[in-house]
Amino acid sequence: MESNQIIELFYFFEDSFIGEYIRGSTWLFPVIESFHLIGLAILGGSVVIGDFRLMGFILKREKIGYVIKQTRVWFKLGFFILVSTGIPLFLSEAVKCFYSRAFWIKMICLVIGIVFTFLVRNPLVLKGYDGKIIPLLGFSSFFLWTVVAASGRWIGFS
Amino acid sequence: MLDIAKWLATTEWSIALHESLYLYPWIESSHVLFICFFFGTLLFVDLRLTGKVFTNLSISEMNKGILPLTIIGFCLMTLTGLLLFYAIPVRNYQNIFFRIKILLIIIAGLNALFFHKRMSKEAKKWDKDSFIPKSMKASAIASLFTWSLVIISGRLIAYNWFDCDRQPQPEWINFLTS
Repeated sequence: MESNQIIELFYFFEDSFIGEYIRGSTWLFPVIESFHLIGLAILGGSVVIGDFRLMGFILKREKIGYVIKQTRVWFKLGFFILVSTGIPLFLSEAVKCFYSRAFWIKMICLVIGIVFTFLVRNPLVLKGYDGKIIPLLGFSSFFLWTVVAASGRWIGFS
Repeated sequence: MLDIAKWLATTEWSIALHESLYLYPWIESSHVLFICFFFGTLLFVDLRLTGKVFTNLSISEMNKGILPLTIIGFCLMTLTGLLLFYAIPVRNYQNIFFRIKILLIIIAGLNALFFHKRMSKEAKKWDKDSFIPKSMKASAIASLFTWSLVIISGRLIAYNWFDCDRQPQPEWINFLTS
């Protein structure tokens, strides 16, 4: 897909009913944005606790599998809130997002973060793998999700 | 208070922060990250009290393991928040959402005070009996609810719908933002 086809697609998103409806409202964008932030905080909490355990900073007596099991439901809830609020936010300013470097950094890190969490970090930990690579898994996950959150905030400045 | 805010706005560092191209966005982004750090870890402390997570851990073990992170998050969130206020003191001071946020922080703070006073006295008993009083569960839920409202009102500070330089406003708005 060429870049002019992509921008056309982004114009299509922005002209969608949801996009126009949100832009036409004074309150809707800020309110959705506030819940997006709460979703981010829920996901953030599960990332911090899970990854800090993997890095060996907290709850050292607890098995890493147990800590990940306890946090993953909340990770999924946070993620669900983020996606269900993030899509309408995106639709309301899709063209701005297309020209924002922060948006693309966020999207790339988001995809890597999802793949890494659900296909690498969680399966390895839940299968009982306990090798030397575990702290590195924690650090990589923490780093990825921090970039997702920070670049997401930065979209607002672009 | 308004005079203090006006004086803060004339200080060299406040002007520098306000006019900086990158420093202000960096501080604001950090503020968001520290909110996630604070609220996210507090969520698990409060959920433990309601018996939803980490039930293998006693209340004391959970607090010992997680609360230091929550406190670090709170300190960094407060520090960056103060810097954000300092960058635009007059506008923030007169913003209705800022005032609502401060009020909610005071309510959340009082709830936390009640919570920790009782917990420091009785946590060992709860560990032993595996029982948490209903009032403490209510306090944990109230904590999550109040801090969620703090986050929402904090986010809304950025919007100038009710700023006093945008007139006419309803009389009660002008009264609350005076």
